[in-house]
Amino acid sequence: MRGIFVAARRDLSAYLNSMWGYVIVAAVLLLDGILFNAFALTDTPRYSADVLRDFFYFSFGTTAIASILLTMRSFAEERQTGTMVLLDASPLTDAQIVAGKFVAVMAMLALLTLGTAYMPALVGVNGKVGFGHVFAGYLGLLLVGAACSAAGMFASSIARNQVFAAVLGGAIVVFLLTTWMLARVSEPPIKEILAFMSLFDKHFRGFMNGRIEVQSVVYYLSVTYVFLMLSTRVLALRRWR
Amino acid sequence: MLEVQGLTRYYGRFRALHDVSFRVDAHQVVGLLGLNGAGKSTTLKILAGLLMPSSGSVRVGDVDATFAPNRLRRRIGFLPEHPPLYDEMRVDEFVGWCGQMKGMSRTEVARRLPEVFELCGLGDVRQQVIGTLSHGFRKRVGIAQAIVHAPDLVLLDEPVSGLDPHQIVGMRATVRALGEHATVIVSSHILSEVEQTCDRILVLDGGRLVADGTEDELSRRFGTGNRLELDLRGTEGDVRAILEGHPAVRDVEVARVGDGIVRASVALDGDVREELVRALVEANIGVRRVEEGEGELERIFLRLTTEASDEASEEARA
Repeated sequence: MRGIFVAARRDLSAYLNSMWGYVIVAAVLLLDGILFNAFALTDTPRYSADVLRDFFYFSFGTTAIASILLTMRSFAEERQTGTMVLLDASPLTDAQIVAGKFVAVMAMLALLTLGTAYMPALVGVNGKVGFGHVFAGYLGLLLVGAACSAAGMFASSIARNQVFAAVLGGAIVVFLLTTWMLARVSEPPIKEILAFMSLFDKHFRGFMNGRIEVQSVVYYLSVTYVFLMLSTRVLALRRWR
Repeated sequence: MLEVQGLTRYYGRFRALHDVSFRVDAHQVVGLLGLNGAGKSTTLKILAGLLMPSSGSVRVGDVDATFAPNRLRRRIGFLPEHPPLYDEMRVDEFVGWCGQMKGMSRTEVARRLPEVFELCGLGDVRQQVIGTLSHGFRKRVGIAQAIVHAPDLVLLDEPVSGLDPHQIVGMRATVRALGEHATVIVSSHILSEVEQTCDRILVLDGGRLVADGTEDELSRRFGTGNRLELDLRGTEGDVRAILEGHPAVRDVEVARVGDGIVRASVALDGDVREELVRALVEANIGVRRVEEGEGELERIFLRLTTEASDEASEEARA
């Protein structure tokens, strides 16, 4: 565990000591605020639960974007600047390196998510907000963030540069978002598999409406684990290449 | 201390290292010498645990690289040619973090840092941001991160590349000082560096180890002895006759360089300069200049690498 936190500390300080982390957090919060103002707070009277649902709906998108932007540098930048050798030559295992970077990204995402808390609070001021709904929505956002970050880290581990890492990470997330469309034109059993893989359609709607579904929690954790494991494998493979 | 057996490494179908074996005792400073592309960096990367060998083994003490790569990396410090540094961090913050990454506690790091900074000459810049440092200091920070955890084996890849003459002198002293605390392997293609800082030399060429020994041992095995260059007034025939007639002369090259002036390059067994000059003067040959010839190690290096390249070409043709 100690190795994971040592690796995480360095990445977290890189986010906090450079403009990059702040720019991403500020841009995503701004986008969230604009979307909240434009779509959730309308002139027509609405139930608080509906406003919250819409808030979590577009927060899903901004969280996914933030995850990809935060992770595009994870390995690609270290390779570009030659600092990856520090980690490779250290006694840390590949799994500790990957886990450390993941912990740092999740800490940033948690900070970012915390920054959006004023929006549900505003809904609470003007209406009635269920704590369970807010908790479920935020848990969903963190799980989506974890899955997208793991996919982004995998992309960063195989990409030669940060831009390619962002494009590849984005492509993986878009694929996972659109599997429900592929499911429509597929035959069983592929149809069921693709439908189940849908990052938003199948699994986030519950969180959005204030429900925590075990199969969705397991799904997001599984996606996270698979991509983190793949990143570890990519790091290990580089020693044999 | 370090034992390398039959190390071979392929990159795809290209063989970068072929059956390299050597042993290094504790506290030796060993120079890994070779032309660009000879396999020096690949050797160091394998020793540092960055690359796995295609075949062969590396042991540091009782730790085998194949079976316990993480334990091995704990005992090794590695400085690549381009120091891996986080520009936004302060020197002490960075070196301290590297120590923790290599398994040291905060207390151990705090106790160790002053010693490391003194050894690397970083005391005055310890609180400076790395991005603002000169190339020489960046190399020093690179060494500090490599030795902060007091490794048994320190690997330095081209430590003087890009340094100015003043910094090179400082770096030589640092490398020698490192040898008092650990075994050091320095890779370089600059002969004078290896001559001045290393106890022993390994010569790599085309991925093969073509020589291994101290400078004296290599001189005895591959060298042509001490070499003198003389500018003499006389005929080529007379000069050659006198020089070749001396029992300590092993090899003579004579060339006419001006009107009645010849330049002789002479390989000697032992230091017989005075006797040789006396013999020339007694034979009525004017001695206008006597100087030591080009470095012996340089000749050996050129000879070894040329021979190895020829062999490799023949092997490829066959």
